[in-house]
Amino acid sequence: MKRSDEPVYWLLFGAGGVMTAVLLPILVLITGILVPMSIISPEKLSYERVHAFATTWWGALILLATIALPIWHAMHRIYHGLHDVGVHTTRLHHYVCYGFAFLVSAAALTLLVQMF
Amino acid sequence: MDHSQSKRKPFVRPVKKSWWLKDRFYILYMLREGTSLLVAIYAVILMVGLLRLSQGEVAFNGWLAALTHPLSILLHLAVLAACAFHAKTWFALAPKAMRIFKGDELIPEKPIIMAQYIGLAGASLVVLLFVLLA
Repeated sequence: MKRSDEPVYWLLFGAGGVMTAVLLPILVLITGILVPMSIISPEKLSYERVHAFATTWWGALILLATIALPIWHAMHRIYHGLHDVGVHTTRLHHYVCYGFAFLVSAAALTLLVQMF
Repeated sequence: MDHSQSKRKPFVRPVKKSWWLKDRFYILYMLREGTSLLVAIYAVILMVGLLRLSQGEVAFNGWLAALTHPLSILLHLAVLAACAFHAKTWFALAPKAMRIFKGDELIPEKPIIMAQYIGLAGASLVVLLFVLLA
Protein backbone atom coordinates (compact mmCIF):
# COMPACT_ATOMS: atom_id res chain seq x y z
CA MET A 1 0.00 0.00 0.00
CA LYS A 2 1.18 3.46 -0.85
CA ARG A 3 2.26 5.52 2.09
CA SER A 4 -0.14 8.34 2.93
CA ASP A 5 1.14 11.86 2.43
CA GLU A 6 -1.42 13.13 4.94
CA PRO A 7 1.08 13.47 7.87
CA VAL A 8 3.04 16.07 5.87
CA TYR A 9 -0.06 18.18 5.30
CA TRP A 10 -1.19 17.69 8.85
CA LEU A 11 2.16 18.91 10.18
CA LEU A 12 1.99 22.02 8.01
CA PHE A 13 -1.64 22.46 9.08
CA GLY A 14 -0.61 22.27 12.73
CA ALA A 15 2.33 24.64 12.39
CA GLY A 16 0.13 27.03 10.41
CA GLY A 17 -2.56 26.79 13.07
CA VAL A 18 -0.11 27.89 15.75
CA MET A 19 1.17 30.70 13.54
CA THR A 20 -2.38 31.87 12.76
CA ALA A 21 -3.34 31.82 16.42
CA VAL A 22 -0.23 33.39 17.93
CA LEU A 23 1.30 35.80 15.38
CA LEU A 24 -1.37 36.63 12.81
CA PRO A 25 -3.75 38.60 15.07
CA ILE A 26 -1.14 41.25 15.90
CA LEU A 27 0.16 41.30 12.33
CA VAL A 28 -3.31 41.83 10.85
CA LEU A 29 -3.94 44.51 13.44
CA ILE A 30 -0.71 46.35 12.53
CA THR A 31 -0.57 45.92 8.73
CA GLY A 32 -4.29 45.98 7.99
CA ILE A 33 -5.78 48.34 10.57
CA LEU A 34 -3.44 50.43 12.75
CA VAL A 35 -0.96 51.52 10.06
CA PRO A 36 -3.57 52.14 7.31
CA MET A 37 -5.55 54.26 9.81
CA SER A 38 -2.32 56.06 10.81
CA ILE A 39 -2.81 55.08 14.45
CA ILE A 40 0.70 53.70 14.08
CA SER A 41 2.78 55.97 11.85
CA PRO A 42 2.92 54.51 8.29
CA GLU A 43 6.62 55.43 8.53
CA LYS A 44 7.00 52.26 10.64
CA LEU A 45 6.12 50.18 7.58
CA SER A 46 8.12 52.30 5.14
CA TYR A 47 9.82 50.69 2.16
CA GLU A 48 13.31 51.17 3.67
CA ARG A 49 12.40 49.57 6.99
CA VAL A 50 10.46 46.63 5.56
CA HIS A 51 13.07 46.03 2.87
CA ALA A 52 15.87 46.09 5.44
CA PHE A 53 13.90 43.57 7.56
CA ALA A 54 13.11 41.29 4.62
CA THR A 55 16.76 41.13 3.54
CA THR A 56 18.13 39.83 6.83
CA TRP A 57 18.19 36.04 7.04
CA TRP A 58 16.01 35.98 10.15
CA GLY A 59 13.57 38.59 8.78
CA ALA A 60 13.23 36.57 5.59
CA LEU A 61 12.62 33.39 7.59
CA ILE A 62 9.93 35.09 9.68
CA LEU A 63 8.22 36.49 6.57
CA LEU A 64 8.36 33.10 4.85
CA ALA A 65 6.84 31.43 7.91
CA THR A 66 4.08 34.05 8.23
CA ILE A 67 3.04 33.54 4.61
CA ALA A 68 3.70 29.84 3.95
CA LEU A 69 2.45 28.24 7.18
CA PRO A 70 -0.94 30.01 7.32
CA ILE A 71 -1.64 29.31 3.64
CA TRP A 72 -0.97 25.57 4.11
CA HIS A 73 -3.12 25.64 7.22
CA ALA A 74 -5.95 27.42 5.43
CA MET A 75 -5.88 25.33 2.24
CA HIS A 76 -5.83 22.11 4.27
CA ARG A 77 -8.96 23.27 6.08
CA ILE A 78 -10.62 24.42 2.88
CA TYR A 79 -9.86 21.07 1.20
CA HIS A 80 -11.36 19.07 4.04
CA GLY A 81 -14.18 21.59 4.41
CA LEU A 82 -15.34 20.90 0.85
CA HIS A 83 -16.93 17.72 2.16
CA ASP A 84 -18.94 19.75 4.67
CA VAL A 85 -20.46 21.90 1.94
CA GLY A 86 -21.47 18.87 -0.11
CA VAL A 87 -18.53 18.49 -2.50
CA HIS A 88 -17.27 14.96 -3.05
CA THR A 89 -13.57 15.62 -3.33
CA THR A 90 -11.45 14.11 -6.07
CA ARG A 91 -7.72 14.21 -6.83
CA LEU A 92 -8.34 17.44 -8.70
CA HIS A 93 -9.63 19.23 -5.57
CA HIS A 94 -6.57 17.93 -3.76
CA TYR A 95 -4.20 19.26 -6.41
CA VAL A 96 -5.94 22.63 -6.62
CA CYS A 97 -5.98 23.21 -2.84
CA TYR A 98 -2.48 22.04 -1.98
CA GLY A 99 -1.16 23.30 -5.33
CA PHE A 100 -2.37 26.79 -4.43
CA ALA A 101 -0.68 26.59 -1.02
CA PHE A 102 2.50 25.40 -2.73
CA LEU A 103 2.40 28.22 -5.29
CA VAL A 104 1.91 30.94 -2.68
CA SER A 105 4.74 29.65 -0.47
CA ALA A 106 7.05 29.04 -3.44
CA ALA A 107 6.38 32.60 -4.64
CA ALA A 108 7.18 34.00 -1.20
CA LEU A 109 10.39 31.96 -1.02
CA THR A 110 11.47 33.00 -4.53
CA LEU A 111 10.82 36.70 -3.86
CA LEU A 112 12.73 36.59 -0.57
CA VAL A 113 15.71 34.79 -2.09
CA GLN A 114 15.71 37.13 -5.07
CA MET A 115 15.71 40.22 -2.81
CA PHE A 116 18.42 38.86 -0.53
CA MET B 1 -10.31 10.44 -1.32
CA ASP B 2 -10.42 9.44 -4.98
CA HIS B 3 -13.53 7.52 -6.00
CA SER B 4 -13.22 8.01 -9.74
CA GLN B 5 -11.61 4.58 -10.31
CA SER B 6 -14.11 2.71 -8.20
CA LYS B 7 -16.76 0.52 -9.85
CA ARG B 8 -18.94 0.43 -6.76
CA LYS B 9 -21.93 2.68 -6.52
CA PRO B 10 -22.33 3.46 -2.85
CA PHE B 11 -25.56 5.00 -1.65
CA VAL B 12 -24.96 8.63 -0.75
CA ARG B 13 -27.56 9.96 1.60
CA PRO B 14 -28.64 13.37 0.36
CA VAL B 15 -27.65 16.12 2.78
CA LYS B 16 -29.07 19.62 2.65
CA LYS B 17 -26.48 22.37 2.23
CA SER B 18 -27.93 24.03 5.32
CA TRP B 19 -27.36 20.99 7.57
CA TRP B 20 -25.04 22.91 9.89
CA LEU B 21 -27.48 25.75 10.56
CA LYS B 22 -29.65 23.48 12.72
CA ASP B 23 -27.35 23.20 15.68
CA ARG B 24 -25.18 25.71 17.56
CA PHE B 25 -22.33 23.22 17.80
CA TYR B 26 -22.29 22.76 14.01
CA ILE B 27 -22.56 26.51 13.41
CA LEU B 28 -19.49 27.11 15.58
CA TYR B 29 -17.71 24.26 13.81
CA MET B 30 -18.43 25.77 10.38
CA LEU B 31 -17.38 29.22 11.64
CA ARG B 32 -14.10 27.75 12.84
CA GLU B 33 -13.46 26.03 9.52
CA GLY B 34 -14.61 29.18 7.73
CA THR B 35 -11.88 31.25 9.37
CA SER B 36 -9.51 29.51 6.94
CA LEU B 37 -10.96 31.50 4.01
CA LEU B 38 -9.99 34.81 5.62
CA VAL B 39 -6.62 33.43 6.72
CA ALA B 40 -5.92 32.37 3.13
CA ILE B 41 -6.90 35.84 1.86
CA TYR B 42 -4.55 37.50 4.35
CA ALA B 43 -1.66 35.20 3.41
CA VAL B 44 -2.18 36.17 -0.23
CA ILE B 45 -2.32 39.88 0.70
CA LEU B 46 1.03 39.49 2.50
CA MET B 47 2.47 37.61 -0.47
CA VAL B 48 1.39 40.41 -2.80
CA GLY B 49 3.01 42.88 -0.39
CA LEU B 50 6.24 40.91 -0.68
CA LEU B 51 5.94 41.00 -4.47
CA ARG B 52 5.43 44.77 -4.40
CA LEU B 53 8.36 45.12 -2.00
CA SER B 54 10.60 43.28 -4.44
CA GLN B 55 9.50 45.66 -7.22
CA GLY B 56 10.76 48.75 -5.44
CA GLU B 57 9.58 51.71 -3.41
CA VAL B 58 6.85 53.00 -5.74
CA ALA B 59 5.23 49.57 -6.01
CA PHE B 60 5.41 48.99 -2.25
CA ASN B 61 3.89 52.40 -1.51
CA GLY B 62 1.05 51.47 -3.86
CA TRP B 63 0.43 48.35 -1.77
CA LEU B 64 0.43 50.43 1.44
CA ALA B 65 -1.98 52.92 -0.18
CA ALA B 66 -4.35 50.12 -1.23
CA LEU B 67 -4.48 48.96 2.39
CA THR B 68 -5.91 52.34 3.46
CA HIS B 69 -9.10 51.80 1.41
CA PRO B 70 -12.10 51.55 3.77
CA LEU B 71 -13.07 48.19 2.26
CA SER B 72 -9.56 46.91 2.95
CA ILE B 73 -9.77 48.01 6.58
CA LEU B 74 -13.19 46.34 6.86
CA LEU B 75 -11.74 43.15 5.38
CA HIS B 76 -8.84 43.23 7.81
CA LEU B 77 -11.25 43.68 10.72
CA ALA B 78 -12.96 40.50 9.53
CA VAL B 79 -9.57 38.74 9.22
CA LEU B 80 -8.71 39.87 12.75
CA ALA B 81 -11.99 38.48 14.09
CA ALA B 82 -11.36 35.22 12.20
CA CYS B 83 -7.83 34.91 13.62
CA ALA B 84 -9.10 35.62 17.14
CA PHE B 85 -11.84 32.99 16.83
CA HIS B 86 -9.36 30.55 15.35
CA ALA B 87 -6.98 31.22 18.25
CA LYS B 88 -9.70 30.61 20.84
CA THR B 89 -10.68 27.27 19.29
CA TRP B 90 -7.06 26.28 18.60
CA PHE B 91 -6.00 26.89 22.20
CA ALA B 92 -9.00 24.92 23.43
CA LEU B 93 -8.10 22.01 21.15
CA ALA B 94 -4.43 21.76 22.03
CA PRO B 95 -4.80 19.86 25.34
CA LYS B 96 -7.26 17.48 23.61
CA ALA B 97 -4.95 16.82 20.68
CA MET B 98 -1.86 16.39 22.85
CA ARG B 99 -2.62 14.56 26.03
CA ILE B 100 0.30 15.11 28.38
CA PHE B 101 0.62 12.93 31.45
CA LYS B 102 2.48 13.69 34.62
CA GLY B 103 3.06 10.26 36.06
CA ASP B 104 -0.36 8.62 35.82
CA GLU B 105 -2.26 11.89 35.98
CA LEU B 106 -3.47 13.70 32.89
CA ILE B 107 -2.39 17.33 33.10
CA PRO B 108 -5.58 19.44 33.36
CA GLU B 109 -6.64 21.52 30.37
CA LYS B 110 -6.94 24.90 32.04
CA PRO B 111 -3.26 25.70 32.68
CA ILE B 112 -2.35 24.54 29.15
CA ILE B 113 -4.98 26.83 27.64
CA MET B 114 -3.93 29.72 29.88
CA ALA B 115 -0.27 29.23 28.94
CA GLN B 116 -1.20 29.63 25.28
CA TYR B 117 -3.05 32.90 25.94
CA ILE B 118 0.04 34.13 27.77
CA GLY B 119 2.10 33.07 24.74
CA LEU B 120 -0.27 35.01 22.46
CA ALA B 121 0.01 38.11 24.65
CA GLY B 122 3.80 37.82 24.82
CA ALA B 123 4.22 37.28 21.08
CA SER B 124 1.88 40.19 20.28
CA LEU B 125 3.78 42.49 22.62
CA VAL B 126 7.14 41.50 21.11
CA VAL B 127 5.89 42.14 17.55
CA LEU B 128 4.30 45.46 18.53
CA LEU B 129 7.44 46.67 20.32
CA PHE B 130 9.60 45.52 17.41
CA VAL B 131 7.50 47.49 14.89
CA LEU B 132 7.37 50.57 17.12
CA LEU B 133 10.94 50.66 18.38
CA ALA B 134 13.21 48.81 15.98
